[in-house]
Amino acid sequence: MGFQKVFGRPRALKDAPFHYCPGCGHSIIHRLIAEVIDEMGLQEKAIGVPPAGCAVLAYYYFDIDMGEAPHGRGAALATGLKRVLPDRLVFTYQGDGDIAAIGTAETIHAANRGERITVIFVNNGVYGMTGGQMAPTTVLGQETTTSPGGRERIRDGFPLNLSEMLALTKGSAYIERTAVNNPKNIMKTKKAIEKAFRVQIEGLGFSLVEVLSPCPTNLKLRPVEAWRWVEENMMDVFPLGVIKDVQRD
Amino acid sequence: MSKRLMSGNHAIGEAAVRAGCRFYFGYPITPQNEMTEYMARRLNEIEGGVFIQAESELAAINMVIGASMAGARVMTSSSSPGISLKQEGISFLCAMELPAVIVNMTRGGPGLGNIAPAQSDYFQATRGGGHGDYRTIVLAPSSVQELADLTMEAFNLADKYRIPTVILGDGMLGQMMEPVEFPDGEMQKPPPKDWTITGARGRPSRFIRSLLLDPAVEEEHNWKLARKYERIAAKEVRYEAYRLEDAKMVVVSFGTAARIAKGAIKRLREQGLKVGLLRPITLWPFPEIVLKDLAKRIGHFLVYEMNAGQMVEDVRLALEGRAEIFFYGRPGGVVITPLEMSRVITSKYYQKGLG
Repeated sequence: MGFQKVFGRPRALKDAPFHYCPGCGHSIIHRLIAEVIDEMGLQEKAIGVPPAGCAVLAYYYFDIDMGEAPHGRGAALATGLKRVLPDRLVFTYQGDGDIAAIGTAETIHAANRGERITVIFVNNGVYGMTGGQMAPTTVLGQETTTSPGGRERIRDGFPLNLSEMLALTKGSAYIERTAVNNPKNIMKTKKAIEKAFRVQIEGLGFSLVEVLSPCPTNLKLRPVEAWRWVEENMMDVFPLGVIKDVQRD
Repeated sequence: MSKRLMSGNHAIGEAAVRAGCRFYFGYPITPQNEMTEYMARRLNEIEGGVFIQAESELAAINMVIGASMAGARVMTSSSSPGISLKQEGISFLCAMELPAVIVNMTRGGPGLGNIAPAQSDYFQATRGGGHGDYRTIVLAPSSVQELADLTMEAFNLADKYRIPTVILGDGMLGQMMEPVEFPDGEMQKPPPKDWTITGARGRPSRFIRSLLLDPAVEEEHNWKLARKYERIAAKEVRYEAYRLEDAKMVVVSFGTAARIAKGAIKRLREQGLKVGLLRPITLWPFPEIVLKDLAKRIGHFLVYEMNAGQMVEDVRLALEGRAEIFFYGRPGGVVITPLEMSRVITSKYYQKGLG
């Protein structure tokens, strides 16, 4: 009796256990990116740019070339890489604080220049690595260590819909918001990552996939409750779907 | 070799291109805009040349980081407030041992200050400037020809030691025009590098990072950097010695201030005053051994800077009380004439009974 291997570690992932907390979305998103890199045959062409934040150690997991960016500067650093190596696949992996607060300018202008880079934007509504402070995407009413009593519009301002802003730039080609809260959305996320990479390879412009992802540790919720929290509290502020697709629109 | 009349800002740009720099990322700020404009035009003419006017100095230096990771010879330029913004990136370049050339056409400060020539960024340039325990090589030219020569040298030093190299000038050096010669022959190609991230084709994957969470690992990395800085300090000191053979007083100045001091010394020599000039060309590494040697036979040093007293601290550290040190500073973008400088030197010279 022969056995057939039907599931294994993608080649683009190293044989290293993730350090991410139980229930965190980063591990799933890492795996999806690695699967897409494998399936598109890009392991020797891909260059990843991890951020400051929980995903800073991504180079311990991805078996591809990676260059760490200062906090928020991923899009600018990736611009430098891509301009020197235009035939490689260059992507950044950034959290909400990294991309939508400190790195807003770099991201908007990279999109507006139509840089042929892909951004994987993991939105969990909180600064995870620093211990649960308010993020630019923290929703109104959400309790964090720096929005005591919950985010309050007069004191703290509103959550920022960066992806919709980026869609307004003429240089962005493909922007989709997905989630990794259930198998269906996980598959949609994988498709979106694949599409974003194709858009880059075809030279159409800037591409970005925003992935809603839970942070059970800082939400102080069990993993399943944290997934439900994302569905109930984030998805109406950050609706899922294709925000811009120059091939479709 | 043929001579061309060029401004300092243009000469740096041309020298960079001849040194094999095909990537320039900048942001407008006076008094260095002519360099950014030159690179925009020049790199557009060359196959493979890339110029980006970034959205900020922060973005520009991070584009530099990316291009350097990919193995390119890359340059950015700015002026004082813009250089402050680049410091985060310069710290990362040092931590990740990435070569790059960074030009600072210094203006008067602090704050917005003014756009007049000043040397107020000496501390920032020679002490690292950003966070963390690091150094950059700092080159201080004093003519358009030297701007060109040292720009080419800056790329070689940066690649040789995998370190960002700073060219510290000012608005006067950047905007004045002088004849300049470039060496004949082929433009240089960047040397092969075995540490770049270019896609893991036919080799194991690599990563470049500066996060070292384990203190023992971070300490070893810091010592590794420190050993590199020691090697640079031992091998790469550059300076100009002018009329020091019989000098009773040494003027220590760099860049534009050194030109003014040299003019003053020429005038004073005609009057029989035994004054010489020591002009550090590398501000880091600083020519401290040269100063120590001079102090064996010369007892009086006059430091003249276009700031309120910065390099004078390095002179004090080098001499360790072996000689008397005077300071003359003119901050805020004030440029004195050689005649004024000669009066400053003369008064100290006679006060100390050297005449």
